[in-house]
Amino acid sequence: MAHATATKVEETKGADKTALITGSEAIAVACKLADVDVITAYPIRPYDTVMQYVAKLVANGEMDCEYIVAEAEHSQFEIVKHASAVGARVFTGSSGVGWMHAFEALTVTPALRIPMVAMVGNRALDDPGAFGVEHNDALAVRDLGWQLVWVDSAQEALDTALIAYRVAEDKRVFLPCAISCDGAFLTHSQALVRIPAQEKVRAFLPPYDRAKLLLHPDNPITVAPQANEDWVMEIRRQNHEAMERAVKVIGEAYADFERTFGRSYGNPFFEEYETADADVVLVGMGTVSTPIKVGIRELRKEGKKVGFVRVRWFRPFAADELAATLSRFRAVGVVDRDFSFGSPYRSGVLATEIRAAMYPSAKRPPVLGFIGGLGGREVTVPDVRRMTESTLLAAEGKAQPPTQWIGLRE
Amino acid sequence: MTTLANGGTSGLVNIQPPRLDPFKGVKKVPLEEFFTSGHRTCQGCESALVMKMMVKAAGPRTVVLGSTGCMYVANTTYYSTSWVVPWMHTQLGSSGSAALGAAAGLKAIMRKGKIKDEPINVIAFCGDGGGADMGLSAISATLTHPDYNLLILMYDNESYANTDIQLSGSTPYGAHTTFSPPGKVRRIMHHRWKKNMAGMLAAGHPTCRYIATVDMSYGMHAMNTVRKALSIGGPTFIHSLDPCPKGWDYDPILSHELGELAVKCGVWPLYEVEDGVVRLMGKTKEIASGRAKRLPVREYLLKQGRFAHFTDEDIDYFQGKIDEMWERWLVPGVIPLRKEIEADRPPA
Repeated sequence: MAHATATKVEETKGADKTALITGSEAIAVACKLADVDVITAYPIRPYDTVMQYVAKLVANGEMDCEYIVAEAEHSQFEIVKHASAVGARVFTGSSGVGWMHAFEALTVTPALRIPMVAMVGNRALDDPGAFGVEHNDALAVRDLGWQLVWVDSAQEALDTALIAYRVAEDKRVFLPCAISCDGAFLTHSQALVRIPAQEKVRAFLPPYDRAKLLLHPDNPITVAPQANEDWVMEIRRQNHEAMERAVKVIGEAYADFERTFGRSYGNPFFEEYETADADVVLVGMGTVSTPIKVGIRELRKEGKKVGFVRVRWFRPFAADELAATLSRFRAVGVVDRDFSFGSPYRSGVLATEIRAAMYPSAKRPPVLGFIGGLGGREVTVPDVRRMTESTLLAAEGKAQPPTQWIGLRE
Repeated sequence: MTTLANGGTSGLVNIQPPRLDPFKGVKKVPLEEFFTSGHRTCQGCESALVMKMMVKAAGPRTVVLGSTGCMYVANTTYYSTSWVVPWMHTQLGSSGSAALGAAAGLKAIMRKGKIKDEPINVIAFCGDGGGADMGLSAISATLTHPDYNLLILMYDNESYANTDIQLSGSTPYGAHTTFSPPGKVRRIMHHRWKKNMAGMLAAGHPTCRYIATVDMSYGMHAMNTVRKALSIGGPTFIHSLDPCPKGWDYDPILSHELGELAVKCGVWPLYEVEDGVVRLMGKTKEIASGRAKRLPVREYLLKQGRFAHFTDEDIDYFQGKIDEMWERWLVPGVIPLRKEIEADRPPA
């Protein structure tokens, strides 16, 4: 764990407030607290609720920003990309095929070192039509230099949005960050959220300073020239190094977050639940944590030592730490709310990453992949029981299929 | 509420556009260049001249955003950029979004006191592929935002000239491009008529205050058009026709002459639409008012290798379409609406 960087937390005026809000609204509130300058909206369910809340904040004079309704997602991301280049703090977002419509803009944003923060209201990549959650949308950019984080509660959504600005705009990083919120389960579900006082946010989040990269007549630089084979490799390497530095910066940001706001997330990269004495664990991202945690409580009453590891930061991926943690268990079951067609073991993306991360470990428990909850289908407590039972069998050395579809109509 | 100079309103503050009076004669044009050496455009490239004059007209307090195309690839070789003003690449279809984003970003942080409040010109340029094809949707959207001061300039060399001369929605009827080569069976592969970009944008965006056409053979007019577009407030659009030796297949020495012929033959009308008022400009105005004679398009077409396969019938058809533009359109040279249905009979 990294250490806090703030020498002291400044005395802050104003009290936190508690409000019953959705995950989308929590991120809108974070945008207001972060004093975001330019926001672009375009409708697609389920992320777009965040933009409806932002619009109300702007209309009511509670937030001062340029709120632009774009004509397509590609433009949404291109508009804020250029606003960020001239020094504005920006926010945008999308879901499902909308995110994919912006793909070209998403591709170039990290290489331009634009610290854009975006919300992905995770959604199935229809056709066939589906509003429900799947993670393949956000995961599609996993190789492009975006920082990717998954949250599972409205509180975590608000807090992570503030952390995302802090990390993305750190000059050691300057990479965009996408916050994934499961469609419906998080975007549309209300929960009690502590809204921090503005002064605390100001103490935690310094102003965006683009410094040498600012596009302004006082700093007449040429951005993104033709570099070709002469320099592209070095520039890719610089992006990689920035992503590497993000690991440390994320650690610092969470430590400072705790000191400023008094809420701790423990290890920033992943959450462990009931793992201390666990024989086997399930691993997942996002709101699948709810049925899994409920299921684990039931299974533990029956004496089954089961735990859960919830991955938050998918990029940068905490491979060493995750491998060290997961190698403590006798078997690991990875629950993917996504699927990678034709991939190794015909798995989900997370399972493949976890297997790759664990390969160098001295102790390598079996890693099972479970595909569940696609298209917004619920992952139920009985599903959790089935996945756990299979993982327990693997722990006992009984061969299990490498990938199993859970809750599938046969 | 504050009423903006451009007629829009903002509850907060108005970022004023710069005041750029017209250059009164060629001797009053500043010598200082903001698009300089370091580029590797072709000999006779009129689009390079567009860049040079565009930014000379705008001056040093300018941010230029360039979408993919010749004027990106040829002008910004790493370590030898030709841009003296800040410049940023934008995606092929993003000139509208780039201009909007930069203008909105500057407006927000100036209003909030995060940077000095001053007029900064925002110009995004695109080629005809980036503008009339892929970027049309974003340009259209941007022209509906009255609250941001910006200029989108489309340099139209009538093909995807950077990628090997492929036809675009702005390529003239019948032209030989690598995607429309004349063959043994089909002489004319490209049967589509060139999009009327400036007229379409003027007709479709009633709050856009200024849309104009230029041609670098009339450089003073072009520079003053840029200055007017940047000063008037709100989003503006300029469409420039740029003879291209490589794509149009002619001796580079003819670039200037072809630019003039495009206007003199009536193929490229020079006009501006300011607050909905159409004004024909320069030589185009002379032709329309009968003070100058419109030359036959044959003069223009046959100087270009891309029309070398044209038969007399093809030339007559082309001439007929240009005549129609001047004689039948309700707003001649600008808007292709007319009073009655007329049959279109392209040559077989």
